[in-house]
Amino acid sequence: MTWFKRETQGIFTQTEEKKEVPEGLWFKCGSCKTTILTDDVHANSWVCPKCDYHLRIGSDEYFEILFDNKYTELDANLEAANPLEFVDSKPYSDRIKATQKSTGLKDSMRTATGKVDGVPMTICCMDFNFIGGSMGAVVGEKIARAVDHCIANRQALMIISKSGGARMMEAAFSLMQMAKSSAKLAQLGREKLPYISLMTDPTTGGVTASYAMLGDFNISEPGAMIGFAGPRVIKETIKRDLPKGFQTAEMVQETGFLDFIVHRKELKTKIAHILRMLM
Amino acid sequence: MQFLDFEKPIQDLYEELDRIREVSKKSKVDLSASISDIEKKIEESKKSLYKNLSGWQRVQLSRHPERPYTLEYIERISEGFVELFGDRNVKDDKAMVGGFGQIQGQTVMFVGHQKGNTTKQRQYRNFGMANPEGYRKALRLMKMAEKFNKPIVCLIDTPGAFPGIEGEERGQAEAIARNIQDMFLLTVPVVCVIIGEGASGGAIGIGVGDRVFMMENTWYSVISPESCSSILWRSWEHKERAAEALKLTAKDMLGNGLIDGIIKEPLGGAHVNPEEAAKNLQKKIVESLKELIPMDAEERIQERMAKFVKMGVFNEA
Repeated sequence: MTWFKRETQGIFTQTEEKKEVPEGLWFKCGSCKTTILTDDVHANSWVCPKCDYHLRIGSDEYFEILFDNKYTELDANLEAANPLEFVDSKPYSDRIKATQKSTGLKDSMRTATGKVDGVPMTICCMDFNFIGGSMGAVVGEKIARAVDHCIANRQALMIISKSGGARMMEAAFSLMQMAKSSAKLAQLGREKLPYISLMTDPTTGGVTASYAMLGDFNISEPGAMIGFAGPRVIKETIKRDLPKGFQTAEMVQETGFLDFIVHRKELKTKIAHILRMLM
Repeated sequence: MQFLDFEKPIQDLYEELDRIREVSKKSKVDLSASISDIEKKIEESKKSLYKNLSGWQRVQLSRHPERPYTLEYIERISEGFVELFGDRNVKDDKAMVGGFGQIQGQTVMFVGHQKGNTTKQRQYRNFGMANPEGYRKALRLMKMAEKFNKPIVCLIDTPGAFPGIEGEERGQAEAIARNIQDMFLLTVPVVCVIIGEGASGGAIGIGVGDRVFMMENTWYSVISPESCSSILWRSWEHKERAAEALKLTAKDMLGNGLIDGIIKEPLGGAHVNPEEAAKNLQKKIVESLKELIPMDAEERIQERMAKFVKMGVFNEA
Protein backbone atom coordinates (compact mmCIF):
# COMPACT_ATOMS: atom_id res chain seq x y z
CA MET A 1 0.00 0.00 0.00
CA THR A 2 1.26 3.46 -0.84
CA TRP A 3 0.98 6.42 1.46
CA PHE A 4 0.56 8.99 -1.22
CA LYS A 5 -1.41 8.59 -4.38
CA ARG A 6 -0.22 10.47 -7.43
CA GLU A 7 -3.17 12.26 -8.94
CA THR A 8 -1.67 13.94 -11.96
CA GLN A 9 -0.86 11.80 -14.96
CA GLY A 10 2.18 11.57 -17.11
CA ILE A 11 4.92 11.82 -14.53
CA PHE A 12 5.88 8.18 -14.41
CA THR A 13 5.34 7.42 -18.09
CA GLN A 14 7.65 4.64 -19.22
CA THR A 15 9.63 5.26 -22.38
CA GLU A 16 7.80 2.43 -24.17
CA GLU A 17 4.47 4.02 -23.35
CA LYS A 18 5.65 7.31 -24.83
CA LYS A 19 6.08 5.71 -28.24
CA GLU A 20 3.82 7.44 -30.68
CA VAL A 21 2.59 4.39 -32.51
CA PRO A 22 2.51 1.10 -30.64
CA GLU A 23 4.51 -1.83 -31.92
CA GLY A 24 3.90 -5.48 -31.15
CA LEU A 25 0.74 -7.50 -30.75
CA TRP A 26 -0.59 -5.87 -27.60
CA PHE A 27 -0.89 -2.25 -26.62
CA LYS A 28 -1.47 -0.66 -23.23
CA CYS A 29 -3.44 2.58 -23.41
CA GLY A 30 -1.47 5.50 -21.93
CA SER A 31 -4.65 6.93 -20.46
CA CYS A 32 -6.90 4.12 -19.18
CA LYS A 33 -4.10 1.50 -18.98
CA THR A 34 -6.27 -1.16 -20.62
CA THR A 35 -4.39 -3.72 -22.67
CA ILE A 36 -5.82 -4.01 -26.17
CA LEU A 37 -4.85 -5.74 -29.39
CA THR A 38 -2.74 -3.31 -31.43
CA ASP A 39 -4.72 -4.22 -34.54
CA ASP A 40 -7.92 -3.10 -32.83
CA VAL A 41 -6.41 0.30 -32.00
CA HIS A 42 -5.12 0.63 -35.55
CA ALA A 43 -8.56 -0.21 -36.95
CA ASN A 44 -9.98 2.48 -34.66
CA SER A 45 -7.82 5.24 -36.24
CA TRP A 46 -5.31 4.96 -33.38
CA VAL A 47 -7.91 5.91 -30.80
CA CYS A 48 -8.30 3.75 -27.69
CA PRO A 49 -11.56 1.81 -28.17
CA LYS A 50 -12.11 1.80 -24.39
CA CYS A 51 -11.55 5.44 -23.36
CA ASP A 52 -11.35 7.40 -26.64
CA TYR A 53 -7.80 8.54 -25.89
CA HIS A 54 -6.30 9.86 -29.14
CA LEU A 55 -2.81 8.41 -29.49
CA ARG A 56 -0.05 10.66 -30.77
CA ILE A 57 0.52 9.50 -34.31
CA GLY A 58 2.74 10.62 -37.17
CA SER A 59 2.43 11.58 -40.82
CA ASP A 60 2.27 7.97 -42.06
CA GLU A 61 -0.76 7.27 -39.91
CA TYR A 62 -2.56 10.53 -40.74
CA PHE A 63 -2.03 10.05 -44.47
CA GLU A 64 -3.39 6.51 -44.16
CA ILE A 65 -6.42 7.70 -42.20
CA LEU A 66 -7.23 10.64 -44.48
CA PHE A 67 -6.39 9.78 -48.06
CA ASP A 68 -8.49 7.43 -50.19
CA ASN A 69 -6.22 4.46 -50.89
CA LYS A 70 -3.32 6.26 -52.53
CA TYR A 71 -1.47 9.54 -52.24
CA THR A 72 1.68 11.10 -53.66
CA GLU A 73 4.32 12.59 -51.42
CA LEU A 74 5.67 15.99 -52.54
CA ASP A 75 9.09 17.54 -51.93
CA ALA A 76 10.26 14.45 -50.08
CA ASN A 77 13.92 15.31 -50.54
CA LEU A 78 14.17 18.50 -48.53
CA GLU A 79 16.65 18.28 -45.67
CA ALA A 80 17.88 20.65 -43.01
CA ALA A 81 21.16 22.48 -43.57
CA ASN A 82 23.26 23.92 -40.75
CA PRO A 83 23.72 27.56 -41.76
CA LEU A 84 24.71 28.71 -38.26
CA GLU A 85 27.02 25.73 -37.64
CA PHE A 86 25.14 25.25 -34.42
CA VAL A 87 26.68 22.99 -31.79
CA ASP A 88 25.10 22.08 -28.48
CA SER A 89 25.81 18.67 -26.96
CA LYS A 90 26.58 17.64 -30.52
CA PRO A 91 26.73 19.41 -33.89
CA TYR A 92 23.28 20.10 -35.36
CA SER A 93 24.19 18.23 -38.59
CA ASP A 94 24.99 15.11 -36.56
CA ARG A 95 21.74 15.46 -34.66
CA ILE A 96 19.82 15.64 -37.93
CA LYS A 97 21.57 12.55 -39.30
CA ALA A 98 21.01 10.57 -36.12
CA THR A 99 17.32 11.55 -35.98
CA GLN A 100 16.84 10.71 -39.64
CA LYS A 101 18.30 7.30 -38.94
CA SER A 102 16.23 6.58 -35.85
CA THR A 103 12.93 7.86 -37.27
CA GLY A 104 13.25 7.11 -40.97
CA LEU A 105 12.04 10.67 -41.61
CA LYS A 106 13.84 13.51 -43.42
CA ASP A 107 12.49 16.30 -41.21
CA SER A 108 9.51 17.16 -39.02
CA MET A 109 7.02 17.74 -41.85
CA ARG A 110 5.85 15.70 -44.83
CA THR A 111 3.58 16.85 -47.63
CA ALA A 112 1.28 14.58 -49.63
CA THR A 113 -1.43 15.15 -52.16
CA GLY A 114 -4.38 12.98 -53.07
CA LYS A 115 -8.11 12.64 -52.55
CA VAL A 116 -9.88 12.80 -49.20
CA ASP A 117 -13.28 11.19 -49.51
CA GLY A 118 -13.15 12.08 -53.18
CA VAL A 119 -12.06 15.71 -52.61
CA PRO A 120 -8.61 16.54 -53.98
CA MET A 121 -6.40 18.22 -51.43
CA THR A 122 -2.83 18.63 -50.19
CA ILE A 123 -1.87 17.85 -46.62
CA CYS A 124 1.27 18.87 -44.72
CA CYS A 125 1.68 16.78 -41.59
CA MET A 126 4.20 17.24 -38.80
CA ASP A 127 6.02 14.43 -37.00
CA PHE A 128 6.64 15.08 -33.33
CA ASN A 129 9.34 12.44 -32.97
CA PHE A 130 11.63 14.41 -35.28
CA ILE A 131 13.32 16.82 -32.78
CA GLY A 132 10.02 17.55 -31.04
CA GLY A 133 8.29 18.46 -34.28
CA SER A 134 10.35 21.63 -34.33
CA MET A 135 9.99 24.14 -37.13
CA GLY A 136 13.07 24.93 -39.18
CA ALA A 137 13.68 26.07 -42.76
CA VAL A 138 12.48 22.73 -44.17
CA VAL A 139 9.04 23.17 -42.61
CA GLY A 140 8.75 26.70 -44.00
CA GLU A 141 9.79 25.59 -47.48
CA LYS A 142 7.44 22.59 -47.46
CA ILE A 143 4.52 24.85 -46.58
CA ALA A 144 5.59 27.35 -49.25
CA ARG A 145 5.69 24.67 -51.93
CA ALA A 146 2.45 23.06 -50.75
CA VAL A 147 0.72 26.45 -51.10
CA ASP A 148 2.12 26.83 -54.62
CA HIS A 149 0.88 23.33 -55.43
CA CYS A 150 -2.59 24.14 -54.11
CA ILE A 151 -2.77 27.37 -56.10
CA ALA A 152 -1.59 25.66 -59.30
CA ASN A 153 -4.16 22.87 -58.87
CA ARG A 154 -6.96 24.91 -57.28
CA GLN A 155 -7.00 22.69 -54.18
CA ALA A 156 -7.56 23.16 -50.47
CA LEU A 157 -4.65 22.90 -48.05
CA MET A 158 -4.59 21.21 -44.69
CA ILE A 159 -1.72 21.45 -42.22
CA ILE A 160 -1.62 19.02 -39.33
CA SER A 161 0.46 20.63 -36.58
CA LYS A 162 2.22 18.74 -33.82
CA SER A 163 5.15 20.68 -32.53
CA GLY A 164 7.13 22.01 -29.61
CA GLY A 165 7.69 25.23 -31.58
CA ALA A 166 10.68 26.77 -33.28
CA ARG A 167 13.89 24.82 -33.87
CA MET A 168 16.47 26.49 -31.69
CA MET A 169 19.40 25.19 -33.72
CA GLU A 170 18.26 27.32 -36.64
CA ALA A 171 17.75 30.36 -34.39
CA ALA A 172 16.62 33.42 -36.37
CA PHE A 173 16.18 31.35 -39.53
CA SER A 174 13.61 29.34 -37.62
CA LEU A 175 11.90 32.53 -36.37
CA MET A 176 11.57 33.79 -39.93
CA GLN A 177 9.67 30.64 -40.91
CA MET A 178 6.76 32.09 -38.94
CA ALA A 179 6.73 35.01 -41.36
CA LYS A 180 7.45 32.86 -44.40
CA SER A 181 4.62 30.40 -43.77
CA SER A 182 2.20 33.23 -42.93
CA ALA A 183 3.09 35.05 -46.16
CA LYS A 184 2.43 31.92 -48.20
CA LEU A 185 -0.90 31.32 -46.44
CA ALA A 186 -1.82 34.92 -47.20
CA GLN A 187 -1.22 34.11 -50.87
CA LEU A 188 -3.46 31.06 -50.60
CA GLY A 189 -6.10 33.21 -48.96
CA ARG A 190 -5.93 35.79 -51.75
CA GLU A 191 -6.70 32.94 -54.16
CA LYS A 192 -9.80 32.16 -52.07
CA LEU A 193 -8.65 28.61 -51.48
CA PRO A 194 -9.57 27.08 -48.11
CA TYR A 195 -6.97 26.31 -45.48
CA ILE A 196 -7.76 23.89 -42.68
CA SER A 197 -5.45 23.86 -39.67
CA LEU A 198 -5.65 20.76 -37.52
CA MET A 199 -3.85 21.23 -34.21
CA THR A 200 -2.95 17.93 -32.63
CA ASP A 201 -1.37 17.06 -29.33
CA PRO A 202 0.81 19.09 -28.70
CA THR A 203 0.83 22.32 -30.73
CA THR A 204 2.85 25.10 -29.10
CA GLY A 205 5.21 28.05 -29.54
CA GLY A 206 6.06 29.58 -32.87
CA VAL A 207 3.97 27.03 -34.74
CA THR A 208 0.80 28.02 -32.89
CA ALA A 209 1.77 31.69 -33.29
CA SER A 210 1.93 31.37 -37.07
CA TYR A 211 0.39 28.83 -39.46
CA ALA A 212 -1.49 26.73 -36.88
CA MET A 213 -3.73 29.64 -35.81
CA LEU A 214 -4.25 31.03 -39.33
CA GLY A 215 -6.72 28.46 -40.62
CA ASP A 216 -10.01 29.42 -42.20
CA PHE A 217 -10.94 26.49 -40.03
CA ASN A 218 -8.94 26.00 -36.85
CA ILE A 219 -9.78 22.53 -35.62
CA SER A 220 -8.41 20.03 -33.15
CA GLU A 221 -8.72 16.55 -31.69
CA PRO A 222 -10.16 15.82 -28.22
CA GLY A 223 -7.74 16.47 -25.39
CA ALA A 224 -4.99 17.99 -27.51
CA MET A 225 -2.67 20.45 -25.78
CA ILE A 226 -2.60 23.79 -27.61
CA GLY A 227 -0.78 26.90 -26.44
CA PHE A 228 1.75 29.62 -27.09
CA ALA A 229 3.99 29.46 -24.03
CA GLY A 230 4.64 26.10 -22.40
CA PRO A 231 2.88 25.39 -19.08
CA ARG A 232 6.18 25.25 -17.19
CA VAL A 233 7.23 28.69 -18.44
CA ILE A 234 3.85 30.19 -17.51
CA LYS A 235 3.96 28.59 -14.07
CA GLU A 236 7.45 29.96 -13.43
CA THR A 237 6.42 33.43 -14.62
CA ILE A 238 3.20 33.86 -12.68
CA LYS A 239 4.27 31.72 -9.72
CA ARG A 240 0.96 29.96 -9.23
CA ASP A 241 -0.71 26.77 -10.40
CA LEU A 242 -2.50 26.59 -13.69
CA PRO A 243 -6.26 26.04 -13.81
CA LYS A 244 -7.56 22.56 -14.65
CA GLY A 245 -7.97 21.92 -18.33
CA PHE A 246 -5.74 24.90 -19.18
CA GLN A 247 -4.46 24.79 -22.78
CA THR A 248 -6.59 21.78 -23.73
CA ALA A 249 -8.42 21.82 -27.05
CA GLU A 250 -11.70 21.98 -25.13
CA MET A 251 -10.60 25.14 -23.31
CA VAL A 252 -9.20 26.71 -26.47
CA GLN A 253 -12.55 26.12 -28.16
CA GLU A 254 -14.32 27.63 -25.15
CA THR A 255 -12.17 30.78 -25.29
CA GLY A 256 -13.01 31.17 -28.95
CA PHE A 257 -10.00 30.07 -30.95
CA LEU A 258 -11.13 26.72 -32.38
CA ASP A 259 -13.96 26.21 -34.84
CA PHE A 260 -14.56 22.69 -33.62
CA ILE A 261 -13.04 19.59 -32.08
CA VAL A 262 -13.42 16.46 -34.12
CA HIS A 263 -13.04 12.80 -33.22
CA ARG A 264 -10.32 11.27 -35.35
CA LYS A 265 -12.72 8.71 -36.78
CA GLU A 266 -14.92 11.49 -38.16
CA LEU A 267 -12.09 13.75 -39.31
CA LYS A 268 -11.99 12.59 -42.91
CA THR A 269 -15.71 12.78 -43.64
CA LYS A 270 -16.11 16.09 -41.84
CA ILE A 271 -13.37 17.99 -43.67
CA ALA A 272 -14.44 16.51 -47.02
CA HIS A 273 -18.00 17.62 -46.27
CA ILE A 274 -16.89 21.19 -45.53
CA LEU A 275 -14.76 21.39 -48.65
CA ARG A 276 -17.58 20.05 -50.82
CA MET A 277 -19.80 22.83 -49.52
CA LEU A 278 -17.19 25.45 -50.39
CA MET A 279 -15.58 24.36 -53.63
CA MET B 1 26.26 56.67 -15.83
CA GLN B 2 25.81 52.99 -15.17
CA PHE B 3 28.60 50.71 -16.35
CA LEU B 4 28.28 47.09 -17.41
CA ASP B 5 30.68 44.43 -16.14
CA PHE B 6 32.78 44.41 -19.29
CA GLU B 7 33.06 48.19 -19.15
CA LYS B 8 35.06 48.00 -15.88
CA PRO B 9 38.36 49.22 -17.41
CA ILE B 10 36.57 52.34 -18.68
CA GLN B 11 34.78 52.83 -15.40
CA ASP B 12 38.16 52.72 -13.62
CA LEU B 13 39.56 55.36 -15.94
CA TYR B 14 36.58 57.63 -15.35
CA GLU B 15 36.99 57.23 -11.61
CA GLU B 16 40.66 58.09 -11.87
CA LEU B 17 39.75 61.13 -13.93
CA ASP B 18 37.35 62.28 -11.23
CA ARG B 19 40.01 61.79 -8.55
CA ILE B 20 42.61 63.83 -10.39
CA ARG B 21 40.11 66.59 -11.09
CA GLU B 22 39.28 66.69 -7.41
CA VAL B 23 42.93 66.83 -6.43
CA SER B 24 43.63 69.54 -8.96
CA LYS B 25 40.70 71.57 -7.65
CA LYS B 26 41.71 71.23 -4.00
CA SER B 27 45.46 71.68 -4.35
CA LYS B 28 45.23 74.29 -7.10
CA VAL B 29 47.99 72.41 -8.92
CA ASP B 30 47.74 72.36 -12.68
CA LEU B 31 47.10 68.72 -13.60
CA SER B 32 45.61 69.44 -17.02
CA ALA B 33 48.33 67.40 -18.71
CA SER B 34 47.44 64.23 -16.84
CA ILE B 35 43.74 64.96 -17.23
CA SER B 36 43.95 65.17 -20.99
CA ASP B 37 46.18 62.10 -20.86
CA ILE B 38 43.46 60.10 -19.16
CA GLU B 39 40.80 61.52 -21.42
CA LYS B 40 42.80 60.32 -24.38
CA LYS B 41 43.20 56.93 -22.74
CA ILE B 42 39.43 56.73 -22.22
CA GLU B 43 38.75 57.45 -25.87
CA GLU B 44 41.29 54.88 -26.98
CA SER B 45 40.12 52.12 -24.71
CA LYS B 46 36.50 52.86 -25.64
CA LYS B 47 37.35 52.50 -29.29
CA SER B 48 39.12 49.20 -28.84
CA LEU B 49 36.51 47.84 -26.40
CA TYR B 50 33.43 48.60 -28.50
CA LYS B 51 35.03 47.60 -31.79
CA ASN B 52 34.72 43.91 -31.14
CA LEU B 53 31.89 43.24 -28.75
CA SER B 54 30.77 39.67 -28.24
CA GLY B 55 27.19 38.58 -28.78
CA TRP B 56 26.52 38.54 -25.06
CA GLN B 57 27.99 42.03 -24.59
CA ARG B 58 25.64 43.33 -27.29
CA VAL B 59 22.75 41.69 -25.43
CA GLN B 60 23.85 43.49 -22.26
CA LEU B 61 23.99 46.82 -24.09
CA SER B 62 20.56 46.20 -25.63
CA ARG B 63 19.19 45.91 -22.08
CA HIS B 64 21.10 48.84 -20.61
CA PRO B 65 18.75 50.50 -18.11
CA GLU B 66 19.49 53.96 -19.51
CA ARG B 67 18.85 52.99 -23.12
CA PRO B 68 16.24 55.07 -24.95
CA TYR B 69 12.90 53.31 -25.39
CA THR B 70 10.16 53.70 -27.99
CA LEU B 71 8.40 56.81 -26.66
CA GLU B 72 11.72 58.60 -26.21
CA TYR B 73 12.69 57.89 -29.81
CA ILE B 74 9.27 59.01 -31.04
CA GLU B 75 9.67 62.22 -29.05
CA ARG B 76 13.10 62.81 -30.57
CA ILE B 77 12.40 61.95 -34.20
CA SER B 78 8.89 63.29 -34.73
CA GLU B 79 6.69 66.30 -34.06
CA GLY B 80 3.11 66.52 -32.88
CA PHE B 81 2.87 62.92 -31.66
CA VAL B 82 -0.67 61.93 -30.66
CA GLU B 83 -0.70 58.73 -28.65
CA LEU B 84 -3.63 56.40 -29.29
CA PHE B 85 -4.73 53.79 -26.79
CA GLY B 86 -6.61 50.52 -26.64
CA ASP B 87 -7.42 47.55 -28.84
CA ARG B 88 -11.19 48.33 -28.95
CA ASN B 89 -11.86 44.89 -27.46
CA VAL B 90 -10.38 44.18 -24.08
CA LYS B 91 -8.14 46.95 -22.78
CA ASP B 92 -5.14 49.14 -23.34
CA ASP B 93 -1.84 47.26 -23.20
CA LYS B 94 0.83 49.45 -21.63
CA ALA B 95 3.63 47.35 -23.09
CA MET B 96 2.61 48.37 -26.61
CA VAL B 97 2.30 52.03 -27.60
CA GLY B 98 1.38 53.81 -30.80
CA GLY B 99 -0.02 56.85 -32.51
CA PHE B 100 0.37 59.35 -35.32
CA GLY B 101 3.32 61.70 -35.54
CA GLN B 102 5.19 63.60 -38.21
CA ILE B 103 8.75 62.98 -39.33
CA GLN B 104 9.99 66.00 -41.27
CA GLY B 105 6.44 66.77 -42.34
CA GLN B 106 5.50 63.20 -43.26
CA THR B 107 2.70 61.77 -41.11
CA VAL B 108 3.49 58.23 -39.97
CA MET B 109 1.89 55.72 -37.62
CA PHE B 110 4.25 54.65 -34.87
CA VAL B 111 3.82 51.29 -33.19
CA GLY B 112 6.24 49.89 -30.65
CA HIS B 113 6.94 47.98 -27.46
CA GLN B 114 7.46 50.18 -24.43
CA LYS B 115 9.69 49.44 -21.45
CA GLY B 116 9.97 51.49 -18.26
CA ASN B 117 12.88 53.45 -16.80
CA THR B 118 12.08 53.03 -13.12
CA THR B 119 10.99 49.97 -11.14
CA LYS B 120 7.45 51.31 -11.01
CA GLN B 121 7.45 52.15 -14.69
CA ARG B 122 8.92 48.79 -15.58
CA GLN B 123 6.05 47.05 -13.82
CA TYR B 124 3.52 49.41 -15.38
CA ARG B 125 4.91 48.56 -18.81
CA ASN B 126 5.10 44.86 -17.94
CA PHE B 127 8.81 44.94 -18.86
CA GLY B 128 7.89 45.44 -22.50
CA MET B 129 6.08 42.09 -22.69
CA ALA B 130 2.81 42.60 -24.52
CA ASN B 131 -0.38 40.57 -24.17
CA PRO B 132 -2.72 39.70 -27.06
CA GLU B 133 -4.51 43.04 -26.65
CA GLY B 134 -1.17 44.75 -27.27
CA TYR B 135 -0.75 42.97 -30.59
CA ARG B 136 -4.36 43.67 -31.48
CA LYS B 137 -3.92 47.34 -30.56
CA ALA B 138 -0.87 47.41 -32.85
CA LEU B 139 -2.86 45.87 -35.69
CA ARG B 140 -5.76 48.24 -35.16
CA LEU B 141 -3.41 51.21 -35.47
CA MET B 142 -1.70 49.73 -38.53
CA LYS B 143 -5.06 49.22 -40.25
CA MET B 144 -5.95 52.82 -39.45
CA ALA B 145 -2.67 53.96 -41.02
CA GLU B 146 -3.61 51.92 -44.09
CA LYS B 147 -7.02 53.59 -44.23
CA PHE B 148 -5.46 57.06 -44.31
CA ASN B 149 -2.60 55.94 -46.53
CA LYS B 150 0.16 56.73 -44.02
CA PRO B 151 3.38 54.72 -43.66
CA ILE B 152 4.01 52.66 -40.54
CA VAL B 153 7.12 52.66 -38.35
CA CYS B 154 7.47 49.78 -35.88
CA LEU B 155 9.98 50.06 -33.05
CA ILE B 156 10.74 46.67 -31.55
CA ASP B 157 12.08 46.21 -28.03
CA THR B 158 10.76 43.22 -26.11
CA PRO B 159 12.09 40.30 -24.06
CA GLY B 160 9.15 38.33 -25.48
CA ALA B 161 5.37 38.16 -25.60
CA PHE B 162 4.03 37.75 -22.05
CA PRO B 163 3.54 34.11 -21.01
CA GLY B 164 0.50 34.27 -18.72
CA ILE B 165 -2.83 32.56 -18.17
CA GLU B 166 -5.00 35.46 -19.39
CA GLY B 167 -2.78 35.98 -22.41
CA GLU B 168 -3.19 32.35 -23.41
CA GLU B 169 -6.93 32.49 -22.88
CA ARG B 170 -7.24 35.60 -25.01
CA GLY B 171 -5.20 33.98 -27.78
CA GLN B 172 -1.62 35.20 -27.59
CA ALA B 173 -0.65 32.85 -30.42
CA GLU B 174 -3.58 33.86 -32.62
CA ALA B 175 -2.89 37.57 -32.08
CA ILE B 176 0.74 37.24 -33.13
CA ALA B 177 -0.07 35.00 -36.10
CA ARG B 178 -2.79 37.41 -37.28
CA ASN B 179 -0.41 40.37 -37.06
CA ILE B 180 2.30 38.61 -39.03
CA GLN B 181 -0.09 37.62 -41.79
CA ASP B 182 -1.98 40.92 -41.98
CA MET B 183 1.22 42.96 -42.01
CA PHE B 184 2.12 41.26 -45.29
CA LEU B 185 -1.06 42.61 -46.83
CA LEU B 186 -0.79 46.22 -45.67
CA THR B 187 -1.01 48.57 -48.64
CA VAL B 188 1.20 51.21 -47.00
CA PRO B 189 4.99 51.15 -46.47
CA VAL B 190 6.19 49.44 -43.27
CA VAL B 191 9.61 50.10 -41.71
CA CYS B 192 10.60 48.01 -38.68
CA VAL B 193 13.56 48.71 -36.42
CA ILE B 194 14.87 46.62 -33.55
CA ILE B 195 15.87 49.31 -31.05
CA GLY B 196 16.68 46.97 -28.12
CA GLU B 197 15.64 43.38 -27.65
CA GLY B 198 14.06 41.39 -30.47
CA ALA B 199 12.85 38.26 -28.75
CA SER B 200 11.07 35.70 -30.83
CA GLY B 201 7.34 35.79 -31.63
CA GLY B 202 6.90 38.83 -29.42
CA ALA B 203 9.19 40.78 -31.76
CA ILE B 204 8.07 39.44 -35.12
CA GLY B 205 4.46 40.11 -34.10
CA ILE B 206 5.14 43.71 -35.18
CA GLY B 207 8.20 42.83 -37.28
CA VAL B 208 7.04 42.26 -40.85
CA GLY B 209 8.26 45.19 -42.91
CA ASP B 210 9.39 46.34 -46.34
CA ARG B 211 12.56 47.27 -44.51
CA VAL B 212 13.74 45.69 -41.27
CA PHE B 213 16.71 47.28 -39.54
CA MET B 214 18.59 46.60 -36.34
CA MET B 215 20.35 49.22 -34.30
CA GLU B 216 23.99 48.35 -33.77
CA ASN B 217 23.76 47.09 -30.17
CA THR B 218 20.61 45.03 -30.29
CA TRP B 219 19.74 41.37 -30.67
CA TYR B 220 17.08 39.50 -32.61
CA SER B 221 16.48 35.77 -32.37
CA VAL B 222 14.08 32.96 -31.70
CA ILE B 223 14.93 32.74 -28.00
CA SER B 224 16.90 34.71 -25.41
CA PRO B 225 20.43 33.47 -24.69
CA GLU B 226 19.42 32.67 -21.09
CA SER B 227 16.48 30.48 -22.09
CA CYS B 228 18.53 28.85 -24.84
CA SER B 229 21.24 28.06 -22.30
CA SER B 230 18.75 26.63 -19.82
CA ILE B 231 17.25 24.35 -22.47
CA LEU B 232 20.51 23.15 -23.97
CA TRP B 233 22.75 23.08 -20.93
CA ARG B 234 20.19 23.01 -18.12
CA SER B 235 21.47 26.24 -16.55
CA TRP B 236 21.64 29.98 -17.23
CA GLU B 237 25.40 29.88 -16.78
CA HIS B 238 26.14 29.31 -20.44
CA LYS B 239 24.41 32.41 -21.73
CA GLU B 240 27.60 33.76 -23.33
CA ARG B 241 28.00 30.53 -25.27
CA ALA B 242 24.34 30.54 -26.23
CA ALA B 243 24.57 34.17 -27.39
CA GLU B 244 27.43 33.22 -29.71
CA ALA B 245 25.70 30.10 -31.00
CA LEU B 246 22.45 31.93 -31.80
CA LYS B 247 24.21 34.49 -34.06
CA LEU B 248 21.84 37.13 -32.79
CA THR B 249 23.79 40.35 -33.37
CA ALA B 250 22.94 42.91 -36.05
CA LYS B 251 26.09 41.99 -37.94
CA ASP B 252 25.25 38.28 -37.95
CA MET B 253 21.64 38.93 -38.93
CA LEU B 254 22.69 41.14 -41.83
CA GLY B 255 25.29 38.57 -42.90
CA ASN B 256 22.60 35.90 -42.95
CA GLY B 257 20.31 38.07 -45.05
CA LEU B 258 17.61 38.24 -42.38
CA ILE B 259 17.59 42.04 -42.01
CA ASP B 260 18.10 44.91 -44.46
CA GLY B 261 20.60 47.04 -42.62
CA ILE B 262 22.22 48.26 -39.42
CA ILE B 263 21.71 51.67 -37.82
CA LYS B 264 24.87 53.00 -36.18
CA GLU B 265 24.88 53.91 -32.51
CA PRO B 266 27.17 56.33 -30.72
CA LEU B 267 30.37 54.83 -29.32
CA GLY B 268 29.42 52.90 -26.17
CA GLY B 269 25.74 52.50 -27.07
CA ALA B 270 22.58 54.52 -27.71
CA HIS B 271 22.30 55.58 -24.06
CA VAL B 272 25.61 57.44 -24.19
CA ASN B 273 24.15 59.92 -26.66
CA PRO B 274 20.43 59.32 -27.29
CA GLU B 275 20.22 62.38 -29.51
CA GLU B 276 22.80 61.02 -31.92
CA ALA B 277 21.16 57.58 -31.86
CA ALA B 278 17.78 59.15 -32.65
CA LYS B 279 19.26 61.18 -35.47
CA ASN B 280 20.68 58.05 -37.08
CA LEU B 281 17.36 56.28 -36.65
CA GLN B 282 15.45 59.18 -38.18
CA LYS B 283 17.82 59.36 -41.14
CA LYS B 284 17.32 55.68 -41.93
CA ILE B 285 13.52 55.91 -41.66
CA VAL B 286 13.39 58.99 -43.90
CA GLU B 287 15.68 57.34 -46.46
CA SER B 288 13.57 54.18 -46.51
CA LEU B 289 10.27 56.02 -46.82
CA LYS B 290 11.69 57.98 -49.74
CA GLU B 291 12.29 54.69 -51.53
CA LEU B 292 9.05 53.03 -50.47
CA ILE B 293 6.39 55.74 -50.81
CA PRO B 294 6.63 56.11 -54.62
CA MET B 295 6.24 52.35 -55.14
CA ASP B 296 2.97 50.80 -56.23
CA ALA B 297 1.17 49.25 -53.25
CA GLU B 298 0.84 45.81 -54.83
CA GLU B 299 4.48 45.84 -55.89
CA ARG B 300 5.44 46.62 -52.30
CA ILE B 301 3.32 43.75 -50.96
CA GLN B 302 4.82 41.33 -53.49
CA GLU B 303 8.37 42.38 -52.61
CA ARG B 304 7.65 42.20 -48.88
CA MET B 305 6.38 38.65 -49.27
CA ALA B 306 9.17 37.60 -51.59
CA LYS B 307 11.80 38.85 -49.16
CA PHE B 308 10.53 36.73 -46.27
CA VAL B 309 9.70 33.71 -48.44
CA LYS B 310 13.36 33.59 -49.49
CA MET B 311 14.51 33.21 -45.87
CA GLY B 312 15.72 29.79 -44.82
CA VAL B 313 18.57 27.51 -45.81
CA PHE B 314 17.98 23.85 -46.63
CA ASN B 315 19.36 21.07 -48.80
CA GLU B 316 17.57 19.31 -51.59
CA ALA B 317 18.91 15.93 -52.60
